[in-house]
Amino acid sequence: MARDLAHLSDEALVALVARADDSALAELYDRFGHVAYGLALRVVRDPALAEDAVQEAFLAIWRSAARFVPERAKASTWILTLVHRRAVDVVRREEPRRTEPLEAAPQPSANLTEDEAWLRLRRSRVQEALRRLPDQQREALELAYFGGFTQSELAERLGEPLGTIKSRMFTGLARLRELLADTGREEERWNTPEFTS
Amino acid sequence: MEHTGIHELSAAYALDALAGDERREFEGHLTHCPDCRATVASFQETASALAHQVDMPPPPPSLRDRILEQARRERSNVVPLRPRWALPATATVAAVAACAAIGLGIWAASLNNRLGDRPEAVGLIGAQGSLIVNPSGEGTLVVRNVDPAPPGETYEIWVIQAGTPVPAGTFAGGDRVAVTLTRKIPDGAIVAVTLERAGGVAKPTTTPLFRTGAV
Repeated sequence: MARDLAHLSDEALVALVARADDSALAELYDRFGHVAYGLALRVVRDPALAEDAVQEAFLAIWRSAARFVPERAKASTWILTLVHRRAVDVVRREEPRRTEPLEAAPQPSANLTEDEAWLRLRRSRVQEALRRLPDQQREALELAYFGGFTQSELAERLGEPLGTIKSRMFTGLARLRELLADTGREEERWNTPEFTS
Repeated sequence: MEHTGIHELSAAYALDALAGDERREFEGHLTHCPDCRATVASFQETASALAHQVDMPPPPPSLRDRILEQARRERSNVVPLRPRWALPATATVAAVAACAAIGLGIWAASLNNRLGDRPEAVGLIGAQGSLIVNPSGEGTLVVRNVDPAPPGETYEIWVIQAGTPVPAGTFAGGDRVAVTLTRKIPDGAIVAVTLERAGGVAKPTTTPLFRTGAV
């Protein structure tokens, strides 16, 4: 029963998943599986554990899609939040914590699909926004989000008072939100129907 | 803690940088702080944008198959099965699965919804319909196209918490069924329906025909 779900929004797919439609789950995976796996791999630094985290997250989506409220959040945020939480829980169970940097695998640049091209554009915008953050804020955000460290572990690791770490994360995230909103408006302008269809 | 102090934790929460006990405490705060809920929602969106920052290899194709296979297997747990099996094992599995989903963190959106004025609707797995739960835990099961129960039998509703099912009402089936549960639904419980002998029984003797996810 192959159906073309490509025209549906992410939120509509989640609504179908809530009705136990597995082809909608497959479509969500096709849209977010790569980013989800990349995120999990970056956090847990082990391909098998990353697969576990992604699998658990997608099964959580399958089980709890009915609880998703589209008025409150984007489906992509919901999905990546589940993946991240899962990955962080996995990495915190693993001791000792691995901290060596994980080499990113550059993608071959030829023959990008349209999706990959959008992903790449998105990535360069996030990277640019991060570059514009003060170093200490960027460091706090990256260690927390990708390192899976708790705020207390971060304070210890960076030799700073906990209060300083908390406010760096808050200020950094608020600033990043502004920077991304600026680029987001630009992206929206280019992503309107007259350009994409 | 004063509010500004705890409000600042919205960032750490969105980045998953709170330890387990801190996370639970902050989720407790979220239940009565709409400002923090809004901040968390917007920070989670920002944080998840970070996921796009890194170029990583794609997952192996087998992962997609494994996820879909497991999802289908979970769904098949709730279709009618004959011969009859005792419920408790199945119910425990389902309840554990439901708890695992919740363990991933109280999703701020659903939290918001649960605490809001309007009731929460939870989809059914294995049947068309939903369970509507108001903030105080009173539930109404709305389900369509349920075959009439065979003579001498009835559909019985169960509220299953921590693997223990308790009876919550019966109904006869029909094209449109709306039945109010005789029991409140605690957080994290699931609601399931089995076919039982007429009049209902104290403990389920068959596998669930359909159920909700975690409420």
